[in-house]
Amino acid sequence: MEAVLVALVTLPLLGAALSVLPGHSVAPVATVSVGVACFALTLVLVPAAAEGPVEFGFLRADAISVVFEIGTGFLYAMAAVYSVGYLRWERDRPDFARYSLLFFAGLNLFAWAMLSAALMNGLALLWIAVEITTVVSALLVALDGTRAGAEAAWKYVLLASAGLGVALLATIVIYSAGATVLGPSYDLAFAPLLAAGDALPETPVQLAFVLAVVGFGTKVGLFPVHTWLPDAHSEAPTPISAMLSGSLLAVSFYAVLRYYQVAAAALGDGFPRAVLLVFGMLSLLLAALYLVEQRNLKRLLAYSSVEHMGILAIGVSFGAPIALAGVLLHVLAHAAAKGSAFFGAGVLVHAYGSKDVGRIRGGLDRLPVSAPLFLLAVLALSAMPPFGLFRSEFQIVAGGLAETRHVPAVAMVALVALAFVGLSVATTRMLFLPGEAVTSRAEPSAWMVAPVVVGILALLVLGLHPPAPLVELITRGAAELGGVL
Amino acid sequence: MVAAPPGSYAGATTALAVLMLVIEFGMLQATLLRAQVRLYVAQSVVISVLAVVVAVGREVPELFGLAVFSVALKVVAVPLVMLRLLRRTDPEIAGSRAMGVASMVLLAVVVGAFGFFASARFGLVSPVLPTATLAVAVAIVLVSFVLMIVRRDVVSQAIGFFALENGVSLASLVVAAGLPLLLEVAFLFDLLVAVVVFAVLIRVHHEQSESLSTAGLTELQG
Repeated sequence: MEAVLVALVTLPLLGAALSVLPGHSVAPVATVSVGVACFALTLVLVPAAAEGPVEFGFLRADAISVVFEIGTGFLYAMAAVYSVGYLRWERDRPDFARYSLLFFAGLNLFAWAMLSAALMNGLALLWIAVEITTVVSALLVALDGTRAGAEAAWKYVLLASAGLGVALLATIVIYSAGATVLGPSYDLAFAPLLAAGDALPETPVQLAFVLAVVGFGTKVGLFPVHTWLPDAHSEAPTPISAMLSGSLLAVSFYAVLRYYQVAAAALGDGFPRAVLLVFGMLSLLLAALYLVEQRNLKRLLAYSSVEHMGILAIGVSFGAPIALAGVLLHVLAHAAAKGSAFFGAGVLVHAYGSKDVGRIRGGLDRLPVSAPLFLLAVLALSAMPPFGLFRSEFQIVAGGLAETRHVPAVAMVALVALAFVGLSVATTRMLFLPGEAVTSRAEPSAWMVAPVVVGILALLVLGLHPPAPLVELITRGAAELGGVL
Repeated sequence: MVAAPPGSYAGATTALAVLMLVIEFGMLQATLLRAQVRLYVAQSVVISVLAVVVAVGREVPELFGLAVFSVALKVVAVPLVMLRLLRRTDPEIAGSRAMGVASMVLLAVVVGAFGFFASARFGLVSPVLPTATLAVAVAIVLVSFVLMIVRRDVVSQAIGFFALENGVSLASLVVAAGLPLLLEVAFLFDLLVAVVVFAVLIRVHHEQSESLSTAGLTELQG
């Protein structure tokens, strides 16, 4: 298993290195191969991590980290496949060779940073990996070379870096808190910090947790530090948007979860849960309201990400084992659903030459295959049964009710319903309202359809009958998160 | 914990920390972008000196290594990247501010004072430095936010972020002096990568809008 950990943090680097080699087919082949291999490797980790943590040097995979690895690995593979078709659209660019090189190298490096983040054993290393995800993805946001892209990238890098500055402060404060128990020089690894538990001084841990929620929360997209998110998601190339939304936000949330574990061990559940509930509720409220009014297709999906990150925070705040299992399942299902939705949206945006929801009409006529798939992806994203997000949100709400958190649980259901209205009204208008007479179908290549089909199938599996090893993994992860293990 | 007796070590270290804060205020009101970069260099020199003082005064030899890396990166590499960038653009005066200098400094004083006094409630103890330096570090971090928010040009905003990092470095000297050198170096390396990316994005911004001002970044809303 140790070899798998090492492979996960080296293979994407190999993919990046191969991407800069000459020959226009090397980069796509390398990226798809490495992406699919990494996803397979994350699955290999499942049985072992369901038994207990796998450690090697400064790498560590427990059930929580493997859940995030699977989500990232899945989107890495899907985005790599989608990119093969996506880059064909960009062939007319005068700087295509350079664009393609930067795109594939950047995509691999981005995936590398995210896969590494969830495998780092320690809060300091975790911060470093998350910071690397920021800088790589900021460059990718600006890759299209448009004015809006430059604006989005600047806002993103500045806000995310400032947020991570706050998160670094959190790292230092937690270090200082741990030093009172673990001695003046240690490496912030998870297990000793968690074992130190209630011996840690209270106020510094409280401070560190709040700083971590605000700092990493900037990258998660939690209100009120979410403002970079819709810009970056809407201006990045579509495969990158999918990875930003489905993986990057989740990986940043993973960092928050690690602080949650330490805070819960040191302070008890009350304080960290209250903090997450406030941030989660406000994020969900803001996202639901923006979703109703949003007229830009990619921004629509970006606000949906804010919504889902809010749901994750609320789920953790409920704290019941079923809710925590729901949170981990939600991470996986959201990765699949948001990836598929962005991939589908990318096809629509290309076919109509616009991101404006008002200018996309008659989608079903023009895109007889992609449009229904996009519809399914949006329905899955809105937590319709029988898809995975329905199961996960159901579990979260059930956990809330079980913990007698009735008001937040009911508020969550109401806001999710409002978000559903926003998403579905926009989608139905784009797909079902009649548009101009169709002169030609604009279906993309199979490379761009396959990831959406796979994503929807994955959502069906997660919703109807999640495989037993995955259920075991999630159950173990929920126990780790709940402080039972 | 009993506060360190006011000896020459405590006095010198506190003075250095306060000097960093004073320089931070200098950045706030500096008009020329080059002057701002120079002030950042000065601040970075001070924090490197402070690391050496702690290394000698409290016998933490790792901090010598940290000081060397800190000088190489913050006193040499970052300014080189930024000044090279400025050479390519017109010799520009820093962009407009969201408020006048006086109000800006006043705001920074209020925010900084809030941080200074709030930090007394944190319950953090320092093994190597007077606790007042932590209060100064928090003030520096908060004033850096003011700098990033009120200045409307990409260079000032980037320098604001780098100064924020200096504030965090100071905080780390105060409460986490024992942090393994390897991690400190990794943090600094990360900063280097961030600086390069900031530089690339500043160039992209300059190419797109032919200005360093961020006043025109209003296309993406809603």
